[in-house]
Amino acid sequence: MRTGLSTALLGATALSLIAGAVAAKDLRIALQSDADVLDPDQSRTFVGRIVYASLCDKLVDITPDLEIIPQLATEWETSSDGLTVTMKLREGVVFHDGTPFNAEAVAANIERSQTLDESRRKSELASITGTEVTGEYEIVMTLAGPDATLIAQLADRAGMMVSPAAAAEAGADFGLNPVCSGPFSFTERVAQDKIVLTKFPDYWNADAIAFDSVTFLPIPDTTVRLANLQSGDIDMLERLAATDLAQAEADAEIVVADAVSLGYQGLTFNIDNGDRGDNPWGNDKLLRQALSHAIDREALNQVVFEGAFAAGNQSFPPTSPWYNADLPVPPRDVERAKELLAEAGFPDGLDLEIQVPNTTVPLQVMQVVQAMAAEAGINISITSKEFATLLADQSAGDYTASQIGWSGRVDPDGNNHQFATTDGGINDSKFSDPKVDELLNAARVAPTPEERKAKYDEAMVIMLDELPRLFLYHQKWIWAYNDSLKGYIPYPDGMIRLEGVTWEE
Amino acid sequence: MLPFLANRVLIAIPTIVLISIFVFGLQKLLPGDPLLVLAGEERDPEVLEFLREKYRLNDPIPVQYSAWAGNALRGDLGVSLRTNQPVTELMAEKLPVTLQLATMSILFALLIGIPAGIVSAYKKGTLTDYVANVVALSGLSIPNFWLGIMLILLVSVQWQLLPASGYVPPGEDFWQSIRTMLMPSFVLGTALAATLMRHTRSAMLGVLSADYVRTARAKGLTERRVVLKHALRNALTPIVTLTALLFGELVAGAVLTEQIFTIPGFGKLVVDAVFNRDYAVVQGIVLVTAVGFIFMNLLADALYVILNPRLRGQ
Repeated sequence: MRTGLSTALLGATALSLIAGAVAAKDLRIALQSDADVLDPDQSRTFVGRIVYASLCDKLVDITPDLEIIPQLATEWETSSDGLTVTMKLREGVVFHDGTPFNAEAVAANIERSQTLDESRRKSELASITGTEVTGEYEIVMTLAGPDATLIAQLADRAGMMVSPAAAAEAGADFGLNPVCSGPFSFTERVAQDKIVLTKFPDYWNADAIAFDSVTFLPIPDTTVRLANLQSGDIDMLERLAATDLAQAEADAEIVVADAVSLGYQGLTFNIDNGDRGDNPWGNDKLLRQALSHAIDREALNQVVFEGAFAAGNQSFPPTSPWYNADLPVPPRDVERAKELLAEAGFPDGLDLEIQVPNTTVPLQVMQVVQAMAAEAGINISITSKEFATLLADQSAGDYTASQIGWSGRVDPDGNNHQFATTDGGINDSKFSDPKVDELLNAARVAPTPEERKAKYDEAMVIMLDELPRLFLYHQKWIWAYNDSLKGYIPYPDGMIRLEGVTWEE
Repeated sequence: MLPFLANRVLIAIPTIVLISIFVFGLQKLLPGDPLLVLAGEERDPEVLEFLREKYRLNDPIPVQYSAWAGNALRGDLGVSLRTNQPVTELMAEKLPVTLQLATMSILFALLIGIPAGIVSAYKKGTLTDYVANVVALSGLSIPNFWLGIMLILLVSVQWQLLPASGYVPPGEDFWQSIRTMLMPSFVLGTALAATLMRHTRSAMLGVLSADYVRTARAKGLTERRVVLKHALRNALTPIVTLTALLFGELVAGAVLTEQIFTIPGFGKLVVDAVFNRDYAVVQGIVLVTAVGFIFMNLLADALYVILNPRLRGQ
């Protein structure tokens, strides 16, 4: 009856209003949430980085296989002692306000990232002690010590170049009207509604850009995001819910693409963060190992994500070149879990309180873990908290175990050092192991990828034995888009790169 | 009438001050650190400390409040911690959206609720009355978010008649703006229509059995004139109050509906701000909403006087 009424009413009112709204050649992309401040030096959100992929070019970029390739820097070379990096820059590039891009601009950008009070990029560029402009298009960066992570940092926000003229004028308010040198320039933003970018005609690679403008629309509800794509109101969406995958794939006009993320999802234990670190779970690694053995990670992926994500056991996904292949995702072993519990002095099992954000997916994940752990004698109680509260409690050490997720970084350092070293900035479990510190510090300065890999492999053995972080699965970024969109390449960093993407009706 | 209104305005001032103190205090009781949320994945203690100082979060709460209130009196409601946008600017962006949604929803509610209420009172105890009651009850019971998603799937995905979600300012494209707002305002309107219908019905039942209605009929007036002029006019007073209050509620934000239809209005702004502990934004919106509510109450009082001549002398 209700539907009948609504149909009649809407039919009558709507039919008279329907006039074909012909859109210009504007690409409309739906984001899961609204971006924060649009200043690469200040911003923090994942969706913000998606907007930057169209707005701000970086010194270097990555390939889908995580190799570093030129963008604004064409060549770079690290000295044999690892103390200087010499970069050659692309010529003929201008910022959206007409300011020329050159070595002076790079120097100004690095200085801004390091000295702006509000800058979130300080730690990422901490190894740079000075810059020297050695030519119009050549810059030398001096480092405090060898830093194998630096070039990868320059492939993200720390390497985004903003117009020095605009930045000097706007200061900390730069994000209200960002001026970069990317394929699109900033036109308009209405908070929680849209961010509009317009094609920049003087872009150095303008021929590769097939759209006059791109509009990013934050649409938080996953069902509504997909409905918008199906009705043609948007052309593309990011982060399709795993549970909506079948529906999207069944639609002949929708194409789905995915990539395993660089990040991880799991649990962290309070090892030594305040008084609450002194608990059986924080004190005895055998208990943490028992929980790990009790979980069937593949089943978790099947139940909650219909198999769309990737089961995992390390801080790198199994598809990553940094994954330690000697430590594959372990099968479930309830007997072993019970043995470990007995060995730790709890033959009758024991309780564990885990705090979870109060949103659907984390709750579902933890309920599956709860059911699996119960069979081994671990009685999990789930405390669901609103996110801001959870974060504050986790940071302050007011928890026993807490659900965690990390969006991942191109360089392996970003998934480990700050969480697992004694003085790490986000080490909420306050895990401390001299050998892990030594290995992760050494991996930062090791000159070749092979040597770095060996350090991470060794550290991973200890981290998976101690389990301050217990890894469960890796998200996949899932994009869905109109089948008129051609040439889209999924990247594991979850960004949307529009170079080479075209629209063919 | 003027002294009456002036009196009401004077009473409103302490109310607004109390509300702002109350909200300021309540927010600080919320667990969670705004800067930790703000920091996201990048938590540099040094930068967090700088920002705490910058936004005066280290000061005692009364000091924070007086600083805020002082600026608010000069029309400066601070900046959003999340986007650095001034709060007044954010609200100026959202207010027209919310007003448009509220107006269209109230129109739907009035157009459906009042006629349904009149008919159901007039035909009390008949099949028409029962049907109208069942429809009204469904309107109250069906959750907005469910009806919203169903409408999107049917009207936008299946029939492709209306845009699925979003917002277009009327100044940019008037008809497109109306079209995007049709579904959300209908969803909100039906829920309110049910309340209005029930109130209209009971008010009409009261007056339809009154002596003066019998007298009007005895004078030989047409039924139409009796019901719409003599009965309805007297039944309208409580309905006007109710409509004004409902409108106030709509301005305060139709959170779920705005979320489903991705309408960038007050409701969505304030909910996101609470989750991000964006204090300045929450505070600003509550203040403006409180003023709006009080204004709607004043308006209702004024309308009473116009509708009911007996009050004019007082």
